[in-house]
Amino acid sequence: MLIKQCSLFASFALSSLMLTTTSTAQNLSTPDQGKLLATSGVSQVEGAGGGGLTPWATITSYGSEDSYGMNAHITQVTTQDYRLLTYGVAVGIADRIELSLTTQKFSGNLAPLDKLVLQQDIAGIKLKISGDLVTDQDNWQPQVAIGAMYKHSQAVKGLEVLGITHVRQLGAKDDNGIDYYLSATKLILDHSLLLNGTLRLSKANQMGLLGFGGDMRNQYQALPEVSAAYLINRKLVAGLEYRHKPQNLAIDNEKAYYDAFLAWFPSKNVSVTLAYARLGDITVFNPRNQRGWYLSLQVGN
Amino acid sequence: MKHLKTSCISASTLMLVLALTAQAQPARSSLYADLGGDTGISNIIDESVLIFLQDARIRASFKETNMQRLAILLKEQFCVISDGPCKYTGDDMKTVHQGMGINAAQFYALAEDVQIAMDKLGIASSVQNRLMARLAPMKRDIVLPKTVSH
Repeated sequence: MLIKQCSLFASFALSSLMLTTTSTAQNLSTPDQGKLLATSGVSQVEGAGGGGLTPWATITSYGSEDSYGMNAHITQVTTQDYRLLTYGVAVGIADRIELSLTTQKFSGNLAPLDKLVLQQDIAGIKLKISGDLVTDQDNWQPQVAIGAMYKHSQAVKGLEVLGITHVRQLGAKDDNGIDYYLSATKLILDHSLLLNGTLRLSKANQMGLLGFGGDMRNQYQALPEVSAAYLINRKLVAGLEYRHKPQNLAIDNEKAYYDAFLAWFPSKNVSVTLAYARLGDITVFNPRNQRGWYLSLQVGN
Repeated sequence: MKHLKTSCISASTLMLVLALTAQAQPARSSLYADLGGDTGISNIIDESVLIFLQDARIRASFKETNMQRLAILLKEQFCVISDGPCKYTGDDMKTVHQGMGINAAQFYALAEDVQIAMDKLGIASSVQNRLMARLAPMKRDIVLPKTVSH
């Protein structure tokens, strides 16, 4: 199963790359920062270009269709009892394809989960398949992209006293999996609005930090994610996001994620996103609704 | 199931709020009026042209351009696309830019310069975006697809 999934992922990655490089190889010299400010988007919690929680159809970085761009990000979400730290790098090629590598580290600070550390690595790929975010202002066609995220969760730390070191012992079926998604992003400049809808096929528990599939359910589910943003000015964007989640584990009544964000783009080399996020209760061991501040820094070109 | 229902309701509420927000905006005056009419557009172009000529990304494209004539045509064009009472006397965008090899980065650099000019003149961001909405589709006629050379 793993080999099949991996090869599917790899062939997707390879064919996308080939598609892109044939058309632009002659121009890939230096990053041109050719796109408009803020059209790079920010880095979402799994490392893809988008909003804060949800991947968008936008291709990360400011590289135009003739060029490329790269960026690195670090994001921290701090709730009452947990902290999620994510950091990673991404490249956008020809405003057509996006590749990203990200690590997520989730830790607890309230007993009995105060020593808990869950970590996973994510490799992402996204391919723009139709439409153009900026130029399609005279029609209703959104920019559409498909993407995949290969996720691999590492050993569970901090529950050794209970004899738990693997997500399978918490009910997950696997410690790795692939999310597939389709995103449509529409920028309506006439109303300074941006709307995004993403449909994700996933088995990931809490994004994959608690493994994939579970004792309650082990099938792929189609999960909607919605974002809406208002362009306050060229450098400032405010918005709301919603991300539906599966419920595969008996030990976790997993809830949807929400956030309200403000993203600031002082230049094409740096962006800062501040959000207030609601992650719901995480595991039956702590019924408290987790909410808190989300702060993200992205640097690149 | 209950969870899914709640989520769907939340998502629909979000969309509804958005739709209402869009609806709630008062009836808008014409873009031409919001840009400040003839004078406003004239100021935007004069300011923009100054910025074009200082912008290392695009200034070389204007080496052979009669900037005074360009300014007149841009004023006419901005007036027409913002529904003002003008007539555009230049050639269409495709004809004008044919063979110039303008690339996407240059197109957006110019758009950005117009935004900077409007910022300087204190034009509201929402009005700027309405103008951008009408300029952006011109990229299809200005930036022509490259022919792959082997």
